[in-house]
Amino acid sequence: MRPEDLKYQQTHEWVKIEGDTATIGITDHAVSHLSDLVFLDLPAAGSSVTMGESFGEIESVKAVSPLISPVSGEVLESNETLSDSLEWLSEEPFGKAWMIKVKLTDTSGDLMDAAAYDAHCTAEG
Amino acid sequence: MQTTALESVHVAAGARMVPFAGWNMPVQYRGILEEAKTVRERAGLFDLGHMGRVKVYGPEAEAFLQRLQTNDAASIKPGRIRYALILDEDGLTQDDILLYRNPADDGFFVVINAGNAQRDLERMRAVAADFDCTVEDCTQSLGMIAIQGPRSEDITQQLCSGDLASLGYYAWMQTDVCGVPMTLSRTGYTGEDGFEAYVPSGHETKVWNAFLEAGAAHELTPIGLGARDTLRHEAGMPLYGHEIDETTNPLEANLGWAVKMNHDFIGKGALERVTAAGGTGRKLVGLTTHTKRCPRQGYPIAAGDQTVGAVCSGSISPTLSAAGQATNIATAYVQDAFTEVGTELSFVVRGKAEPCVVTPLPFYKRAR
Repeated sequence: MRPEDLKYQQTHEWVKIEGDTATIGITDHAVSHLSDLVFLDLPAAGSSVTMGESFGEIESVKAVSPLISPVSGEVLESNETLSDSLEWLSEEPFGKAWMIKVKLTDTSGDLMDAAAYDAHCTAEG
Repeated sequence: MQTTALESVHVAAGARMVPFAGWNMPVQYRGILEEAKTVRERAGLFDLGHMGRVKVYGPEAEAFLQRLQTNDAASIKPGRIRYALILDEDGLTQDDILLYRNPADDGFFVVINAGNAQRDLERMRAVAADFDCTVEDCTQSLGMIAIQGPRSEDITQQLCSGDLASLGYYAWMQTDVCGVPMTLSRTGYTGEDGFEAYVPSGHETKVWNAFLEAGAAHELTPIGLGARDTLRHEAGMPLYGHEIDETTNPLEANLGWAVKMNHDFIGKGALERVTAAGGTGRKLVGLTTHTKRCPRQGYPIAAGDQTVGAVCSGSISPTLSAAGQATNIATAYVQDAFTEVGTELSFVVRGKAEPCVVTPLPFYKRAR
């Protein structure tokens, strides 16, 4: 079951909004479709991210995929341990495999709740 | 979207299916790295039903093939196979193919790439109009299953009436596999020993399952196209759309060995002009890296600040990684001055230069 307190976007990132802070990661569905992860590139604290634009890249054996930010704001913290512990993405995609924390200035209006995201994944196959 | 006879078998086995050259094909079952390792160490089973399969026969079949493609069809012995290229009049590559010569009659069997099948067949039919021969597309009437890896002969011999020990590399025989008569060749696209079976339509599932059952003791498992690409790349084999395409000629792609100038094939004049001009100024090279980032198709190759080429294929190399030789491998067309083995270059990813070094091809060669 995907956590009910998170919001999800079509490109398979999740966001947890608490006050003016957003924590962002990618979903189990994304991880399972990428498979054989080899490299993660995340923005440094202090850089800014823009809703709908790439904030980093994740690379699997076969492809490089952009990470699309569901929010705009300034990066407060980047999960620096994660790039050396990519197995966390399979183990706890919604927990210790969080990617960045952002001080929010804007969020996407297109975010889904867990039920809608489940349906989206089923439809996508 | 076209499907092979084995589609439901793949889905039931949990394969991830993706569109490939108009076909719905399994890209992976368990993970590309694990599947690649299985083939290098034991054996894997591949559904290649998407590949194009064409019979050519008639009194002038050989003369037709001499016109169509670059290798010397006349010198292929009965029961043997050659790699060859189809070029356009400008000497640019339309496809790479395998030519099988029949043991007993004037016929040949041609295996072509799925993505080029339509174009190849149109060209074959157009060229064949000047010759007394027939071009027959058998892609629907024959399935294609490959077994690759060091255990391939042991597994296949359990099912096959013919003596496989006597079947040489790039040779083929007519034999029975689990009671089904078919063509079986000692060929493949992984750098390992193995066989490709041309299975009469309707028998694919039976043959597939018979292989899996016979191979169970050897842990034979199905392998997707993702691992197949990694394996062929390690083995230095070109893939159409990457190392070769309609913008490259075979000489710069190091495929001159598949071009025989003793017959009048389409594109020959253009290749003679390329040779007379001293080449095209660039060559395909192998590159290895010890970087975390992987070079990918299209990434620029640089020498200092100067762009000197671009990547054709790039991949993690599970085999070289395990041996501690390199993490990633790539092929790239690079300006002649930078093609010497040992030349230190870089690949550029998102504006950042990462080091790589020119390395001999193939990256991987099995012990024989």
